[in-house]
Amino acid sequence: MKDKVQNIIRNYHDDRTRLMDILLDIQAEFKCIPAEAIEVLAGQLNMSKVDVEQTLSFYHFFTYEPTGEYTVYLNDSVVAKMMGSDEIARAFEDEAGTKFGSVSEDGLVGLFETSDIGMNDQEPAALINGVPFTNLTISKVKELVAGFKAGKDVNDMVGQTGDGRNSDDLIKSMVNSNCRMQKGSVLCLEYEVGSALKRAVNITREAVIETVKSSNLRGRGGAGFPAGLKWEFCRKSNGDVSYLVCNADEGEPGTFKDRVLLTEMPEQLFEGMAIAAYAIDAKEGFLYLRAEYNYLKAYLEDVLQKMRDDNLLGDKILGSEGFNFDIRIQMGGGAYVCGEESALIESMEGKRGEPRNRPPFPVQAGYHNKPTVVNNVETLSTVVKIILHGADWFRAIGTEESAGTKVLSVSGDCRKPGVYEVEYGMTVNEMLEMVDADSVQAVQVAGPSGVCIGPDKFDQKISFEQLPTGGAMIVIGKDRDLLKEVALNYMDFFIDESCSSCAPCRSLTVILKNKLLKLMNGFGTMNDIDELYDWSKYMKQANRCGLGQTAANPIMTTIDNFRPLYEALVKTDDEFVSEFDMDKAVEASCKYVDRVPNVH
Amino acid sequence: MNDKIKIHIDGKECWTTDGTSIIDAAKENGIFIPSLCHVDGIKPAGSCRICNIQVNGRNMTACSTPAVDGMHIESNIPELEEMRKAIIEIMFVAGNHFCPACEKSGNCELQALGYRYQMMVPRFPYEFPEKGVNADSKYIYHDRNRCIMCKRCVRGVIKDGKHVFAFNSRGGENLHIELDTELASQLTEAEALAAMDICPVGAILKKERGYYEPIGERKYDKEPIGSEIENK
Repeated sequence: MKDKVQNIIRNYHDDRTRLMDILLDIQAEFKCIPAEAIEVLAGQLNMSKVDVEQTLSFYHFFTYEPTGEYTVYLNDSVVAKMMGSDEIARAFEDEAGTKFGSVSEDGLVGLFETSDIGMNDQEPAALINGVPFTNLTISKVKELVAGFKAGKDVNDMVGQTGDGRNSDDLIKSMVNSNCRMQKGSVLCLEYEVGSALKRAVNITREAVIETVKSSNLRGRGGAGFPAGLKWEFCRKSNGDVSYLVCNADEGEPGTFKDRVLLTEMPEQLFEGMAIAAYAIDAKEGFLYLRAEYNYLKAYLEDVLQKMRDDNLLGDKILGSEGFNFDIRIQMGGGAYVCGEESALIESMEGKRGEPRNRPPFPVQAGYHNKPTVVNNVETLSTVVKIILHGADWFRAIGTEESAGTKVLSVSGDCRKPGVYEVEYGMTVNEMLEMVDADSVQAVQVAGPSGVCIGPDKFDQKISFEQLPTGGAMIVIGKDRDLLKEVALNYMDFFIDESCSSCAPCRSLTVILKNKLLKLMNGFGTMNDIDELYDWSKYMKQANRCGLGQTAANPIMTTIDNFRPLYEALVKTDDEFVSEFDMDKAVEASCKYVDRVPNVH
Repeated sequence: MNDKIKIHIDGKECWTTDGTSIIDAAKENGIFIPSLCHVDGIKPAGSCRICNIQVNGRNMTACSTPAVDGMHIESNIPELEEMRKAIIEIMFVAGNHFCPACEKSGNCELQALGYRYQMMVPRFPYEFPEKGVNADSKYIYHDRNRCIMCKRCVRGVIKDGKHVFAFNSRGGENLHIELDTELASQLTEAEALAAMDICPVGAILKKERGYYEPIGERKYDKEPIGSEIENK
């Protein structure tokens, strides 16, 4: 084992900033990071063992114990549960003979839960040895586990491949793109690959920045920072070297648009990256790809190679003297918070994905403390069309403050889940009609970190000025228990995904969840609802990053918009004492004297 | 002296040098901004969030934000003081802090801030989490029950260029600070004492040093935290 680990480390030149890649390779080799490997890592990288573990224990897909020959990660997020993932979980347990969170005795099957894997339009879904299996049914589960027992390769169990490029030889996945984007919008406008880059390199770097600036293109990841301005800040930062990073770590439950953009039009993205790199004069670029999309890696590598062959990447791109740029794919390890740009950079440097303090901003001191631009997949893809058709054309689409289109990932209780490209300014009502949804109780806009709204707000427009969204739109039907199925699940999500650096994010999330449970269990008072809301405000005020600041949103926005649901949980009879559950308090003593708690 | 800059903290005119953190600039000017994770000479973590101040209405941490000429900073305002008190209470309920039985009592910054903010009973329910103790190395007694995860030890206790303490896991019950027993065993007595001193609470104790000073005669028993800055 020692030799293998040493070789892996050597492949990365004993560089501790490549710890992510090293750990990914070790995990792939041994199905865990064995204690012996930690020892070797510490020795060879000149770190303490606890320091190595500091990084490895941060990421969901690095484990201390082997995860089984067949490792199942079943999505346990809101939409998965709506679509019946609990039943699928039970079926897996029955067939495999082991419980979730453990590996079968023979070491064959490991069953684990994970938060959203980016397949919300085809749940229930699981990653098995990294390969996505979607639209799971009980009979499919039976078939799969039988396959495990027969020693089949997971790739051979995929069966029918999905639509679009999912059938590509290098993907061969059963995932469907469900791409309902209309031809002729922005991202789907037909174009000749390379033509935008050609146009860009024929004008100055400043002119490219100017075009993107005057197009009013704002970041599509959710925060909405003007892309051109970001580039300009980076360009003006003093640095001999600058970097371009594409954030393909879409982890917001309910978002899966980048999956489709990466599958169906990666050339457009990489071309957008090259244009951005030209603008900020970066020689190195990175695609930070979330671990859950590892199944796309070989395919994307191949696309990159073809683009190098076509001189769209590499040295002297399109004959432009002094424009050398290439892209490396950096895999993540399973951590929602790495979608935050500075956390993503920390992760790229082989550390825990903890958001940084600002200032300095990444455009001043990012990757390896050099000026770094981090842009979303959709943002960079859009740049291509802006360069081709001009800033005025782009600005004319959408609303005043929200130029262009937005790619939405729609899932939940609707008949046509999938990826849509819509013009900014579309109302939620129009969207619901488009996705064929009726009897809608609520829409979770922008995922857990966004807002949960009811029908009285469905006339609001999807836009930065009214309803900003990174793309996730989850439709919640009338029959759902909104607090239990949605708010509570999302609080658990934030507790798990908090990087745990900031005290309020680490601890107050737990306190809030427990209070929500207190209400759900019938022990709450009206005062609890008010406290829940007041305490949630500290999250927004006190925490460093977007995760922490929005982690109480599942509670705050449901109190804002669905307060009667909370009030219905409060008992109002005189006999009721809220703080104390007497039955529970005497449970243990009753057990000793063989009595049933009954002390009212 | 052209690198001197002028800032305003709570309306008071303050002078400092360019690049100084707001928390240090305040200190130089006799203003105490409370913090639990900040230590002189170590890169700020901005993790306890207690030193939150407002610059143009935006919340920022005073330890990690450099003062910029002309900045208007608000620190001692009800909104922030209320939040600071809440964070201190959160720390009390998220760990097991039994002051009367703790060797750090009187020298503990969390306890001292509890007094300063007149915390009577935390508004949040106690969690009483089960945390471990590591007493396997020669000089260090590491009691995670009292840990507030400020990361001072993670950043500041280094032996031969390696971290002696580190975060482990994230979110929920598994999260803790892990002591590298092997490395800790190599610490000298003086280094172990320095580790104890860097910890704002009683999570890192130097063995065989129990009640060196009598309780009642310790740093914050004599004067409240912050007064050394405010009475300067």
